[in-house]
Amino acid sequence: MSLAESTAAGKVTSRGPLDEESREWLRCLSGTGRDGRGTAEREQALARLHDLLLRAARAELRRRSRPAGVEGRERDDLAHQAADDALLAITGKLDRFRGDSRFTTWAYKFVIFEVSAKLGRHYWRNPPAQAGDDAWERIPDRFGADPAQHAESRELAGVLRRAVTEVLSDRQRRVFVAIIVDGVPLDALAAELGSTRNALYKTMFDARRKIRAHLVAHGYLDDEEPGMS
Amino acid sequence: MSGWQALDQFLRTDPRDVGCEQAMEMLDIYVDAVVKEGTGATERRHPGVAAHLRACGPCGEDFAGLLAAVTGTVS
Repeated sequence: MSLAESTAAGKVTSRGPLDEESREWLRCLSGTGRDGRGTAEREQALARLHDLLLRAARAELRRRSRPAGVEGRERDDLAHQAADDALLAITGKLDRFRGDSRFTTWAYKFVIFEVSAKLGRHYWRNPPAQAGDDAWERIPDRFGADPAQHAESRELAGVLRRAVTEVLSDRQRRVFVAIIVDGVPLDALAAELGSTRNALYKTMFDARRKIRAHLVAHGYLDDEEPGMS
Repeated sequence: MSGWQALDQFLRTDPRDVGCEQAMEMLDIYVDAVVKEGTGATERRHPGVAAHLRACGPCGEDFAGLLAAVTGTVS
């Protein structure tokens, strides 16, 4: 099945055959237990699921803690918030689980997304100092270029800066400079602008294409695909 | 890698890239497929998602986090 077909299939509400563990999660969480035990089973399942989500949130925040700069009690508070919000979202969307993945994988996805969103908002509580003019010259380093090539980096930074000024729309320029020059994380910028990760990624996608076309037209980059020459 | 090569690599876009919304919709399915069938087979089956995860840092982070959660590195 192609991705487009898979995505279209995402709108179908029917549920395929489930693995045994996923079926048990759904049965317990929907409170359809036998002998009037549904409510108690549901409460137990909710507690178990919350425990899983909390452990996942803590692990994910540990994994991201160094770049995100969140430590100690603040990090644990974020983990609890992420687990609480993920559990709420999961219980509200149980009927959308189609069994295309294991239930726990589907559930973990919610808490990972919550961690990302919360870290994006958290960034603005203590943002790094504004990047200076020399930030443009450090851009090649960010792309993984050899930092010893100072002269080349200066030329490249100047060409890129002119391209950004000349070919991008105001919106594209603002997003490009914030993410690439100032180093603002995409989720943090989305929170700041009241936008979404998807919308800003598309803005950057179009900006990259426009800048590349400009640099190809002016002879700075080759139009050929890598390995085609 | 020279600066120009690095810039070129950054600016190149993959027309198969499905964007964040579709990639995140599929992420649980994609991760289960990676666990079950391996990275190569999953990338061949879902080239648009694979292209996106390579290009989008935040979605790549979410993929790494979800993979870690389901493979038991959650402690």
